[in-house]
Amino acid sequence: MKTEYIDAIKKEFGNSILKESVSDNETYLTIKKETIVKLCDYIYSHLDLPLVLVFATDERKTDGVFKIHYVFSIDKDDAFIILNINIDEKTPVFNSITPKIAAANWYEREIQDMFGLRPAGHPDPRRLVHFEDMPAGVYPLRKDFDIRTKPPRVEGEYVYRRVEGEGVYEIPVGPVHAGVIEPGHFRFSVAGEPIINLEIRHFYTHKGVEKLFENMSMDKAVFLAERVSGDNSVAHAVAFCQAVENIAGIDIPPRAKHIRTILLELERVYNHLGDIAGIATDVAFAMGAAHANKLKEEVLQLNEKVTGSRLLRGMNAIGGVRRDIGDKKEGILLELSDVQHDFRELIEYLMSIPSLVDRIETTGRIYNDTAKGLHVVGPAARASGIDRDMRRDHPYASYRDFNFKVPLHKAGDVLARTVVRADEVCESIGIIEQALWSLPEGDIRIKSSQIPDGFSLGYTEAPRGETLYWVMTENNRIKRCKVRDPSFCNWLAIEYAVLDNIVPDFPIINKSLSLSYSGNDM
Amino acid sequence: MTVEYEIEIMGQRLNERIKKIFGRSLHIREVDAGSCNACEVEATALSNPIYDIERFGIHIVASPRHADMLLVTGPVTRNMELALLKTYNATPSPKLVAAMGSCACNGGIFGETYATGGGVDRYIPVDVYIPGCPPRPQAVIFGIMVAVDKLSQKKTPYSETPYLNTGIKGTTRLEHEI
Repeated sequence: MKTEYIDAIKKEFGNSILKESVSDNETYLTIKKETIVKLCDYIYSHLDLPLVLVFATDERKTDGVFKIHYVFSIDKDDAFIILNINIDEKTPVFNSITPKIAAANWYEREIQDMFGLRPAGHPDPRRLVHFEDMPAGVYPLRKDFDIRTKPPRVEGEYVYRRVEGEGVYEIPVGPVHAGVIEPGHFRFSVAGEPIINLEIRHFYTHKGVEKLFENMSMDKAVFLAERVSGDNSVAHAVAFCQAVENIAGIDIPPRAKHIRTILLELERVYNHLGDIAGIATDVAFAMGAAHANKLKEEVLQLNEKVTGSRLLRGMNAIGGVRRDIGDKKEGILLELSDVQHDFRELIEYLMSIPSLVDRIETTGRIYNDTAKGLHVVGPAARASGIDRDMRRDHPYASYRDFNFKVPLHKAGDVLARTVVRADEVCESIGIIEQALWSLPEGDIRIKSSQIPDGFSLGYTEAPRGETLYWVMTENNRIKRCKVRDPSFCNWLAIEYAVLDNIVPDFPIINKSLSLSYSGNDM
Repeated sequence: MTVEYEIEIMGQRLNERIKKIFGRSLHIREVDAGSCNACEVEATALSNPIYDIERFGIHIVASPRHADMLLVTGPVTRNMELALLKTYNATPSPKLVAAMGSCACNGGIFGETYATGGGVDRYIPVDVYIPGCPPRPQAVIFGIMVAVDKLSQKKTPYSETPYLNTGIKGTTRLEHEI
């Protein structure tokens, strides 16, 4: 992949590059450890490319070192730059880039907990994944850590940021919440009603997913990918499959690509309908919520009719899809045209209720520079004026073949996020219709028994935003699988979105960002 | 048979039993002990206008103190263990526990690792297991019905109080006062 960005990097930092390799649209550059901060800052600030992922690998067995990889996305050329540095086991320290690039914050803390590599100069070096009762020296993603180890519980303390002053008090919420939602802890500092600080504490649902992936067979790993974030099953499974297919050089049949696209969009439709229902629930507008929930249920039942699973599970496989849906074409089209008709009516109705619109307008605002700095993704980013969508910028499956718009709003409030989702539902139904009308004939899967050793990125635009997988294979099994759910990027934005809002508006703001706990904690 | 008809028949049967055994409605607190959120999607669906379980006398409540039954999802992560035990202890007796989904039943695809415990019954006594990944809403309603039946048979205290190997101070032994 030819791009002027690589030339610019070579011109500025030519003598820091130790190794270069290119595969497909990914350019890998091995960099001298000392220059990584400068180089990342150059790419981020001067070349204006977003940092989409930072992760580590334990390659002590083959190369004698740990490696840290920094992935930057070049949206306009559909390419990625992946920098990596080598870290010696004896000096497990690397220079933190967080002071320059805020989006690296959690990635570096995650590497610290999972690999025992310390980010020197990190402004907040507290634990992230592990709780205070985890003994020191437990690094699950090191290759010599046995997954069945049961570390004992030790005494420890987690220190929250404290706001002090007259009349300031704290409200702790969670991990078990009042609604039927996932677990997480929120600590508000408030003065009267307005929130002056929010600290989120997650990883209650940490299940060791990345460790589980290791040594797993490809076929089983697809099922695990579906269960990283339950309501984004298809997006995760497709991202994983695409990474493995890239490694193996498999070009899946066109019919399978179309079916994947249809599944991805069905998933987006039911998720967005659920989020709109949630927003209506949280402003106590029961009628709107009931309507939206009914539509969501209709799509879930359609999913079951088409794929046998309400959450579209078990459809994807390495090399294509497991089941043809061509014979259900008429049923899908008919059902979706009903859903679209009812949905348009519902949105018109919701937007005509002043008490609802009043409540969500200017609420939970995420400003464009905050969103950019934290690398917010998905509908939340597009509601804050960031024009990014993996389907358009890094097209996969058969998105190249279809016409669709990427809705963009600038206000960054709950209303903007609601409108972005509403627009996306209509676009998604449009994509499904196009895909069904142009469904190519042919096979739905290329079977491959042997996956060569290698590594590659896989990505999708999940309902929540860009989902990334980086998979490394060895002996037909997975050596390392890094999963990055969109919520991992978006969670920190909520700490900014709630500022100066009142506590009762927190649930609406939370819902409008539609954050996954399980996808974040893994 | 349509979904609506299925639900109607099952709901009526459930309603009769709840009335007979409780003489009132059944209150459920849902606890996510580390699920992937798919079970939550289905547990939420129970309250949508299609299933609308409230009409059969089932109410999902905000606090374990108001609950007759805990509906637990997820393989029980290390980080949720304490919260699950506290929630169980905060639920008044007699209480029922339903393990919802494959992970809650036996750890599912996540199994037993450094981060997960391998199922709800390793930590608290479970009355009914609702398999599925995730179970359909119909299955959840059926599971609740089986659990309610069990309560009518639960006349004697648990023969054995489970010792829980959690290592958490003060919660290693749970009391049952049925």
